[in-house]
Amino acid sequence: MTPGEPLIRGDWLLSHVGEIALRVGEHLELTVIAVVVGFLIAFVLSLAALRIPRLYAPITWTTGILYTIPSLALFALLIPYTGLSLLTAEIGLVSYTLLILIRNIVAGVRGVPAEVRDAARGMGYTDRQILWRVEIPLALAVIFAGIRVATITTIGLVTVTALIGQGGMGYFILLGIQLFFSTALIVGALGSVVLAVLADGALVLAQRALTPWTHAR
Amino acid sequence: MSALVALVRWLTDPVNWQGSHGIPIRVLEHIELSGLSVLAALVIAMPIALYLGHTGRAGFIAINVANIGRALPSLALLAFGLVIAISLGLGLGFWPTVFALVPLAIPPILTNSYVAIREVDRDIVDAARGMGLSEGQILRSIEVPLGLPLMLAGIRTAAVNVVATATLGALVAGGALGRFIVDGLALQEYDQLMAGALLVALLAVVTEVSFSALERATVPPGMAAIR
Repeated sequence: MTPGEPLIRGDWLLSHVGEIALRVGEHLELTVIAVVVGFLIAFVLSLAALRIPRLYAPITWTTGILYTIPSLALFALLIPYTGLSLLTAEIGLVSYTLLILIRNIVAGVRGVPAEVRDAARGMGYTDRQILWRVEIPLALAVIFAGIRVATITTIGLVTVTALIGQGGMGYFILLGIQLFFSTALIVGALGSVVLAVLADGALVLAQRALTPWTHAR
Repeated sequence: MSALVALVRWLTDPVNWQGSHGIPIRVLEHIELSGLSVLAALVIAMPIALYLGHTGRAGFIAINVANIGRALPSLALLAFGLVIAISLGLGLGFWPTVFALVPLAIPPILTNSYVAIREVDRDIVDAARGMGLSEGQILRSIEVPLGLPLMLAGIRTAAVNVVATATLGALVAGGALGRFIVDGLALQEYDQLMAGALLVALLAVVTEVSFSALERATVPPGMAAIR
């Protein structure tokens, strides 16, 4: 952005390979923790909502409000209590995964055809066996769709956590903005998009491996 | 607890409600920035969505635009907005943020409006065509009114995202409510930081609730009866 300077400086890229790798690692770590913890919480809340349908509305309402609050605002509200820490970042990131995941888990399980459930009951399955062996395996496709959206969204949001000192690709974007240095801007922005695309691809492969029957002939 | 007391004190201090750095001006800046960006996105996305929806063309692209949009991180969009604005000589602040917000708002508007038009019962459209309505009349008086609630849902998603992301404009020397958060972070003034966060969160929730009310109000009377 400085006149006469190229948009991307190859020498800077070469001399910063180590740091780029480090930031990619931080970015992935922040994402994986958020999605895994988010999924565990969402799973428990979804099971509760499936067992007690009255709970579904308040759960989606609460997680919907959390989803609406801007990420930077949520981090800012937490800072006086949890500081510029990994915990602050993760509380925010996990909050944003909940609504997406809960909607998909509940919709997936509810979408299992009643005949299938009846057949399982007729074969002597208990309620617990029906949940784990029939409903959840059949809901996996919809659940995975939720995990994919949650992961992509989280990878994008992680860039914002650089503002509260958590590194990741957002670090390069902030560096680029502060120094008016386009190479760092592009590394950070493009890096985050590439990570999202790669993660999505990996999840599609994982889903295929876990649900072989969806593409059997 | 002391953080909350400081927050209340900051919010009730008359100094923070006056002048060009006061809360009312920052709120107006935020609404102006968000409103203009959503409007620009509507102008760009709506004709495309209506055309593709009515003709049923390029459905795969229209639907997948939303997924691509979700993968674009807001901070990355801001970075690109900054590069574009500076190379166009538009400076810092307002325009880099607009350039970041418009591409953020387009995907949900495009995808939802496309689906809204497509999902209108084809029998109704055929009946209208049989009654001699022109293609333009079908779009105007059948497809758009019936698809309006779903179209508004897309605009709501876009608007809430834009209001949330407009906060980041303060990173490139913009005004709006993000100013309080970014300054509060930089100066470690937690009262200012939390007040800004609370105001942005409030504005986002108000946006969400107003659009939801608008969606319910625009369901055509005949369809409301069926539901």
